[in-house]
Amino acid sequence: MNYELVSGFETHVELATATKIFCGCSTKFGASPNTHCCPVCTGQPGALPVLNKKVVEFAIRAGLATHCKINTTTHLDRKNYCYPDLPKAYQISQFDKPLCEHGYVELESGKKIRLTRIHIEEDAGKLVHERGYTFIDYNRGGVPLIEIVSEPDISSPEEAREYVEKLQLIMRYIGVSDCKMQEGSMRCDVNISLRPEGSKELGTRTEIKNMNSVSFIEKAMAYEAGRQAEILSSGGKIEQATLRFDENTGETYVMRTKEDAQDYRYFPEPDLLTVKIPQQKVEEIASALPELPLEKFRRYTDVLGISVQNARLLYRYKAVCDFFDRCVLLGAGAKNTSNLILGTIYSTLSTEEEKEAFDIRVSAEDMAELVRYVDGGKINITLAQMTLSKMLKVGGKVSDYISEADLAGISEGELEELCREAVAANPKAAEDYKSGKLKAIGGLFGYIKRATQGKADIKKAEEIIIRLLGNDK
Amino acid sequence: MSGIIKKLSSMLQRGEVSASELAASYITRIEKLNPVLNAYVSTTFEEALKCAGEADKMIRAGMATALTGIPMALKDNICSDGHLTTCCSGILSGFRPYYDSAVWEKLSAQGAVLLGKTNMDEFAMGSASETSCYGAPKNPVDVTRVTGGSSGGSAAAVKAGIAAYALGSDTGGSIRQPASFCGTVGFKPTYGTVSRYGLIAYASSLDQIGPLALSVEDAAIVYDAIRGKDGRDQTSLTTPDGATSLETDIKNLRVGVPEEFFGEGVSDEVKSAIEESVRVFERAGAKIKRVKIPAFKVALPVYYIISCAEASSNLGRYDGIRYGYRAENFSDIDDMITKTRTYGFGTEVKRRIMLGTYVLSSGYFDAYYKKACLLRGQIISEFDGVFRECDVLLTPTAPTTAFSLGAKSANSTQTYLADICTVPASIAGLPAVSLPCAVGAGGLPIGLQIISGRLRDGTALAAAAFFEREAGVTAELCAEVKL
Repeated sequence: MNYELVSGFETHVELATATKIFCGCSTKFGASPNTHCCPVCTGQPGALPVLNKKVVEFAIRAGLATHCKINTTTHLDRKNYCYPDLPKAYQISQFDKPLCEHGYVELESGKKIRLTRIHIEEDAGKLVHERGYTFIDYNRGGVPLIEIVSEPDISSPEEAREYVEKLQLIMRYIGVSDCKMQEGSMRCDVNISLRPEGSKELGTRTEIKNMNSVSFIEKAMAYEAGRQAEILSSGGKIEQATLRFDENTGETYVMRTKEDAQDYRYFPEPDLLTVKIPQQKVEEIASALPELPLEKFRRYTDVLGISVQNARLLYRYKAVCDFFDRCVLLGAGAKNTSNLILGTIYSTLSTEEEKEAFDIRVSAEDMAELVRYVDGGKINITLAQMTLSKMLKVGGKVSDYISEADLAGISEGELEELCREAVAANPKAAEDYKSGKLKAIGGLFGYIKRATQGKADIKKAEEIIIRLLGNDK
Repeated sequence: MSGIIKKLSSMLQRGEVSASELAASYITRIEKLNPVLNAYVSTTFEEALKCAGEADKMIRAGMATALTGIPMALKDNICSDGHLTTCCSGILSGFRPYYDSAVWEKLSAQGAVLLGKTNMDEFAMGSASETSCYGAPKNPVDVTRVTGGSSGGSAAAVKAGIAAYALGSDTGGSIRQPASFCGTVGFKPTYGTVSRYGLIAYASSLDQIGPLALSVEDAAIVYDAIRGKDGRDQTSLTTPDGATSLETDIKNLRVGVPEEFFGEGVSDEVKSAIEESVRVFERAGAKIKRVKIPAFKVALPVYYIISCAEASSNLGRYDGIRYGYRAENFSDIDDMITKTRTYGFGTEVKRRIMLGTYVLSSGYFDAYYKKACLLRGQIISEFDGVFRECDVLLTPTAPTTAFSLGAKSANSTQTYLADICTVPASIAGLPAVSLPCAVGAGGLPIGLQIISGRLRDGTALAAAAFFEREAGVTAELCAEVKL
């Protein structure tokens, strides 16, 4: 029997507020253990939480960017469980009245992954196992999180990848999180079940906890789907369980089964007040939302005429888009701009992080000036590439590299004269070409490039040389 | 006018005694009386003398307030930086918070002199202070009797004159009931008027800090010093500017007497003392109304469900990992936590944690916790109704006078009944003051409770001040404690 995969995601995203959700401690990642701590976030007896308004604002932004309805009256709840990284033995979270509900994340195909809810909560501390001891670092305790819960609308590991990447992009675009999975600022719990193809009923699901890389998510889902299919086709039953994915073996392992499921004894947090958000505030946040990833992608392809492939390479990095959009706004042509970014600039940015940061020495103003010269036929693309390369390396303005004379260009007559010189100076190459060794023409180009410091339009030169050599025949 | 704060304050201002000398005299008295009374569980004499030195400077600089240089005590669940604060629980033995509670911050800024921390029921769970891990404090009026609880140590210290005033906390009657048993004034303000920041939580939606003192005026001075909105406690409320006025137009005061508070379990001497108190108001021209609060009968179960639910969550943090007591000889972390909680908590605390865990469990939540919250709403609205036609309600504070030490400790539901008259105001978050209104059999004090509407703290205090003047029954210092 053929099975279809049904998957829903619970995604935790750390919000990039400067301070924690219930106290004034810094949320900065990577500080010495237990230095970003106070009575509140270490759960000292007698300390009380105070809700950080920025957290609510960021979460509303995330909700609106994923088309959620915002509950303007909401409250926080206590989720009780005992674990050493949770200093109060309860997590302040939201249970029956989440801040955001009923949204969706759209994939490029137009398919919508529905979101059940987005709620705010606090992160726990971190256990560090070292030298045979377990240490606790509470720096992360109280860092604000949103938990984004999707409906079981994801039907393949590939869709899962796109869903996670889309979420990441959206959160980065709206500036609420850097969503760095390797630093734990985005983590996914993946629910998976199988059902006979065409069936409407949901099968028994398992949940793979705490995935922190997109490629592991794909691997884990593929493995788990295979494991479940094997059990089902041999007439077995899936046991509802929480699983852990072992990155080394590529297999999933049972952490706990339904029998030892926890009772979190949720109840409204008595130390905090009901949160009331003026409708006007929601509207303010909505109107300040930037263009969202998919809107941008569609504008690049449909309006600016950039190929789907190139548009994808651009819109996955917010900083790149900001740079690109600014260049286009300054009158640079979209195609030449995107080609130069994807070719020349990307070749200097090897990692994803570098592209995300897009920390380059060329301003959008200079880039736009350069591209406008190419657009207007004042300089050719080769010169533009060379100039851009130098600017990326040592900085400076376009005018430092491109002279008035360059902009005047090389006339048709001058180029023809150069081509004749090239043929005369390289008789061997000319002969070889004529005798059918077409590659020999490269030697002639070299002469022209050297003579013009790369400014000559080689395409035009090729036409001229072919004509010259042909005429000689 | 009785009370002690203004007397001591004017002596300090006139230079008849220095704050340091005053502190030293209190220390001497504590050393003499506390071994018997067990009112203090830890003392901070060094801190007291330091505070007194500061107070003397403030007095000389003309910056003194009524509380500058006045020796006082905090209940053992109110944090002060570096001082033992243990909630009289084994699980917090040795615990010294590294920050000040909002109330101590305010008082110390005024030059208050901290003598120590007072005895209480473990985590404020009890009505006789007998669940303290340090043993029960004794009632200065009769040392064979309980002080009431949970702020029993604070009441005893004030009555015995080993603190000029003390702060307590009240969740279901823990300030008022010991005030009644020991014959002091005890005031539980409107929920939210005093910041809970630094008060170690028992039941967050009910806990409230307030003063125990020798007069209504003293209580009002202390209340004025500690109240107000605090950015660190979201449930805290803005209170009116200026000192609370204790003047009242008695002829226009509408006094309600809710009949349910005089039911079964309330002793005859208490009933007649309160009826006599009502007549004091009546004779002065107040309008007396007999009113009904039918939801009174559900108040006690509602209180125990909500307070235990919150306590089960609030007390989850005591796991031996970060502070306080840690059990020895454990095999792994779960074993360590289990043993720490098993040995660290007393029986009553464990009982309430289990009860609270049960009522919050899935499958029982709706039947207990949710229902209790609904009924809480009903109690609030019945009080609202009554306060549309009354300014204050007069009731007994406790059904009886102080009982003998050990008499009820074996039977917890018996002890729970000691709170029956105080929990309704707690559930509704209303201000309520208890003050002595008569002396019962054996010379034991009887307390009158005056409840007023939400944020009408001044109304309750002014009515109490009127009664104190008019009735001639005052919370006299127990100068001679029969040891």
